[in-house]
Amino acid sequence: MIARAYAWLDHRLGLTTIYATTLDRKVPKVNWAFTLGSATLFLAVMQGITGIFLTVYYVPHPEQAYDSVNYIMNDVAFGWLIRGIHHWGATLMVVTVFLHMLRTFFYGAYKYPREITWITGVFLLLVTLGMGFTGYLLPWNQRAYWATTVGTSIAGTVPLAGPWIERILRGGEALSALTLARFFSAHIWMLPTALLALIGIHLYLVVRLGISHIPKEGE
Amino acid sequence: MAGGEEASGLSRRKFVTGMLAVLGGTIAAVVGLPAIGYLIAPALKRSRTDIWVPLAPVENIPVDQPTLFTFSRTQRVGWETTATSYGMYVLRSAEDRYQVMSNVCTHLACRVVWKDDLQDYTCPCHDGHFAKDGSVISGPPPRPLDSVEHKIEEGTLYVHVVEA
Repeated sequence: MIARAYAWLDHRLGLTTIYATTLDRKVPKVNWAFTLGSATLFLAVMQGITGIFLTVYYVPHPEQAYDSVNYIMNDVAFGWLIRGIHHWGATLMVVTVFLHMLRTFFYGAYKYPREITWITGVFLLLVTLGMGFTGYLLPWNQRAYWATTVGTSIAGTVPLAGPWIERILRGGEALSALTLARFFSAHIWMLPTALLALIGIHLYLVVRLGISHIPKEGE
Repeated sequence: MAGGEEASGLSRRKFVTGMLAVLGGTIAAVVGLPAIGYLIAPALKRSRTDIWVPLAPVENIPVDQPTLFTFSRTQRVGWETTATSYGMYVLRSAEDRYQVMSNVCTHLACRVVWKDDLQDYTCPCHDGHFAKDGSVISGPPPRPLDSVEHKIEEGTLYVHVVEA
């Protein structure tokens, strides 16, 4: 029965082909460092799921953001767990993204024909850092407020365009409700959309080009 | 394939598949079950704090004329203090008997209004009509207006508010 249902679906959707090309593809003999990309993808998915759950209670308003986060942590069943996963997952993701980049760099896996995989990877690193930067403000506590004050001030030190960038990031002179709202928007809509598109290209290229073997001596 | 593995009836592939299924299932349960609790948590929290609210001194209540008394109750809901408004119609008979009714329509919870010209309670949402004693005259309401428990202490009418 299940086999027949699967055959019916497979005939129409090509599930076996998808499985064979994405998961059953040939790979060279590699080591554990080659799992860092998958680990990052897993963390990204977890961040997406826990992030969606956090928006059930979180309110991006200066008067309610801090209280709503407190509510998640103290009153909602397993709120501490959902936020905990999101909090630590964010930190861990920056680590795995970075290690993944180091692996790619030291094994020379960015070379022809994988340049575009590397370039999308660079943008994925930047978007991940952007997610960390915008997400950090959302609890709207003292640490978040001053970290963002400092972070946006650093952006303000860019030659010529600096003050202009700083004003755009903050949505005005100083941190305000506008800053919180735009950081929230960037954190849950703009950056995740960019992330999703980039991951799509990145994974397509990994499947299309295959992964490189570990370089041998003299290569 | 090594003969020994096949003889034991469990190939390496099957073992790995099984272990992955068990591990994946465990991870899904550890994350998935709390997620359900997380979503429904506020709905499970019941604030069963019933109070007696002093409505009015009895001498202020007109005889044989449905009169609306309103009050609001503030409660901590989530991370905010939310005020809930209540309206109760009091009908005092000539024999000093009191009938207290909620002004919440029994159809879909709009607020009913006493109309002096019609001599009935009218619900503006779907044209429900209730008689002076709260019974349904016409329209969609399935049952009479809800009566509210009340008492008189030291010349003051109190009503019993049960829900939040």
